[in-house]
Amino acid sequence: MNLYYYASPSTFYPLAGRLIPWFAALALILTVVGLYISFFLAPTDFQQGEGYRIIFIHVPAAWMSMFIYVVMAFWSAIGLAWNTRLSFVMARALAPTGAMFTFVALWTGAFWGKPMWGAWWVWDARLTSELILLFLYVGVMALQAAIDDPRRADRAGALLNLVGVVNVPIIYFSVKWWNTLHQGSSVSLTGAPSMARIMLWGMLIMALAAWMYTIAVALVRARSLVLERERQTDWARTLLEGKP
Amino acid sequence: MNWESWEAFWAMGGYGLYVWGSFGVTLLCIVGEVWLLRRHRLQTWQRLKRMKSWETQ
Repeated sequence: MNLYYYASPSTFYPLAGRLIPWFAALALILTVVGLYISFFLAPTDFQQGEGYRIIFIHVPAAWMSMFIYVVMAFWSAIGLAWNTRLSFVMARALAPTGAMFTFVALWTGAFWGKPMWGAWWVWDARLTSELILLFLYVGVMALQAAIDDPRRADRAGALLNLVGVVNVPIIYFSVKWWNTLHQGSSVSLTGAPSMARIMLWGMLIMALAAWMYTIAVALVRARSLVLERERQTDWARTLLEGKP
Repeated sequence: MNWESWEAFWAMGGYGLYVWGSFGVTLLCIVGEVWLLRRHRLQTWQRLKRMKSWETQ
């Protein structure tokens, strides 16, 4: 497989266009299945009652907020190292969705914290580092929006992106490194999860749905960016004769 | 089956505000993002098309 072939904007644009409906459909199906498990199959929690059902969006959203940032940093590193145009486009296309999931993780966390802890917000290491992640997303987007030359904007954003990635392990390990009010992870890469199997399935399916959604929207955004940057080329000019 | 009635489903065992406040805002965020994205795409297309027509004049 020749990666350079797919990295060429004129190949990427139509290919992404064909892939988007599939990812969108998968996202929709997985969301329906995930919501069905969340509300109808997963039993009531013996400690937290029905309030625990918030985790079916809180945990996948929090995972996504960190994954997306790491993926953005990956594309930024590739872009800075090899100056590949599409890498910067992908990094940019992911940022708003990453920020959205970070906001959702914080919001649902607050709505879980109020009934369980008695507080919407505490300055605990996990919560604070996740809030910093939101600022990093907003910072990268604002920085790129503030620079007129797209190539310089790409590079500046990518650099901030890479510096900020140090925050991701801090978020992930914060519940181990510090005494946090936030509970430790119920699911880890090593060892058996400390929760009922059906609850775990619900969370995993919701996370997969979030992935499919992210890929679909990032590809839509990437296509607009590619078209804008390639507007002088023959293929883009021919394309603009038609309909969006 | 977890729920005996629709009322029980919406009440979420007393956690209704928190559960629906979470799921509702998430839904709003997703709908909002998709709507903004769609608008952005159409606006970009129209702007590029206009720029192209100026250049060829």
